Amino acid sequence: MTEPEYKVLIGMEIHVQLATASKMFTGAASGYSEEPNTQVDGVVLGLPGVLPVINRRAVEMAMMVGVALGCQIASQTKWDRKSYYYPDLPKNYQISQYDQPLCGVGSVELDMPDGSSKTIRIRRAHLEEDAGKLLHEAGQPVSLVDLNRAGTPLLEIVTEPDLNSPEEARLFGEQLRQICRYLGVSQGIMQQGHMRFEPNINLHISADGRVYKTAISEIKNLNSFRSVERACQYEIQRQLAEFMTDRQSAMQAGKSTRGWDDDKGCTTLQRSKEEAHDYRYFPDPDLVPLHVDTHWVERVRLQVPELPAARKQRYLQMGLAMKEAAALLEDRAVSDLFDAAVKIRPLPKRIANLMLGPAAKIANARAGDLAATVRISDLEVTADQYAKLAGMMEDGTVSASAASTVFESLCGGEEKDPQVIAERLGLVQIRDTGATQAWVDAAIAHNPQAVSDFKNNPKKKQASLGFLRGAVMKLSQGKADPKLVGELLEKTLEKDS
Amino acid sequence: MGKASTMHESLSANQVEHVAKLSRLKLSESDVERYRKQLSGILDYVAQLQEVDVADQEPMSHPLPLHSVMRDDVVEPSLPITAVLQNAPSKSGAFFTVPKVLDPSAGGG
Repeated sequence: MTEPEYKVLIGMEIHVQLATASKMFTGAASGYSEEPNTQVDGVVLGLPGVLPVINRRAVEMAMMVGVALGCQIASQTKWDRKSYYYPDLPKNYQISQYDQPLCGVGSVELDMPDGSSKTIRIRRAHLEEDAGKLLHEAGQPVSLVDLNRAGTPLLEIVTEPDLNSPEEARLFGEQLRQICRYLGVSQGIMQQGHMRFEPNINLHISADGRVYKTAISEIKNLNSFRSVERACQYEIQRQLAEFMTDRQSAMQAGKSTRGWDDDKGCTTLQRSKEEAHDYRYFPDPDLVPLHVDTHWVERVRLQVPELPAARKQRYLQMGLAMKEAAALLEDRAVSDLFDAAVKIRPLPKRIANLMLGPAAKIANARAGDLAATVRISDLEVTADQYAKLAGMMEDGTVSASAASTVFESLCGGEEKDPQVIAERLGLVQIRDTGATQAWVDAAIAHNPQAVSDFKNNPKKKQASLGFLRGAVMKLSQGKADPKLVGELLEKTLEKDS
Repeated sequence: MGKASTMHESLSANQVEHVAKLSRLKLSESDVERYRKQLSGILDYVAQLQEVDVADQEPMSHPLPLHSVMRDDVVEPSLPITAVLQNAPSKSGAFFTVPKVLDPSAGGG
């Protein structure tokens, strides 16, 4: 049978751990700790008599994400108990927001690789608390419970099914992580579970002149972009194959929950609709409602920095290539440093070249030595120094290769002034016409064959000119200004002929 | 819970078993009948509220005249590990231990 035409519909649920200092409803430290059960207090343990109190910063972080995703911020929101019995949840309920989420409908533009963009609608985003962690050791008759993560603030973001391919699902995840990093609400380290993805996926298949909709499957707890893309790819093929073999059951199965096995590269059924949980949501009597007035929303709006999408447009307008813009935007600190340098000297191309050339090289080398992430912005070079060095390149004081050497010296060296370094290292280009003319004349005198080729052999004209230019640079020990050398060389050769 | 109030007394054994399963409780047959009666009685009692005319009332989620009580994001000391594990029926090192969880999908989320 040939494969029918079909459309892929993917909606995403994303859990973002908010990088607060303390937990969502209590003062115990939040964030990762090596030592189990050391970030635990009476509220986390669910001891009798304790009361949860809302972490203001968590609410503000959630609002920042809401603003960035164009969501309506609710003026009134409340907290609900989602009941289930499981050892990672000492209270036997999770505090969440059921029918009054903090952030309502919104939309965000997804940047596509071809430079176009696509609108992804956001259904809602609400605050809740994370559960603890269970460790299952092979051969042990028990599971170990670590409650450090229990009570950590989580923002659950839900999109409409506007993503139409596994690639779009991955891109959305990546761009959402970038937004969260720019907002400073998450470091977005996937290995530490800062973000977890749950795609909801089904197909609209065209066959026999009508459209069949396959049952939705939700793939739980994906914690890498690669697994998001792979799991969606697998699930499309699985639903398609199921439809081809048994149309009825593919349509009528009802929503199911599936797990992703990264080693085997497949999804497996976890629970079907019939076994779906009965969470018995009801308002948490321990927590009073939260009112958000417009002043608060405006104050939060002011904390939202210019986001990557807007910066990218600006960088492209400055004349940077797409690739350069993307590289600078990967990290907000790098992008901020670039902006600061360009503000001092509007030489975007030269500053980008310094950052993505010598600076990136040194950062990578250091990262290798330290076995840790080293960003361009972690180097000791300031926006002022970038601006000054770019200016020296622009006015011909130093060549591009000399600028790299100066840059290396700026990293970790005592001297902070690029001009002084260039002078000390003898890298300042000589733009004295007399001196340069003397080198040009010497190069011409010493290389009669090249001069002859230049004058008599049109095929070798460019090559011989390059050779002579090299000879001049050599005579000047690399200090001659290549532009001036070129001019004088051609002028002298033309004059002689 | 709106539904339950209309089916008081007639709360079925199946419903009791469902609630017991959600609560991870194992009930004997006589338990089921005993709790069926008790829970029906509670629902009957609460069902009296249905008689109040609330047509003119805004729905409310909380009885207190308070809202937006918040704290600053400041870390307070955690409990020492001995206190954390003090009431644990079963522990190993710094961990609580529970009977081995085989089904990773059984949790919430």
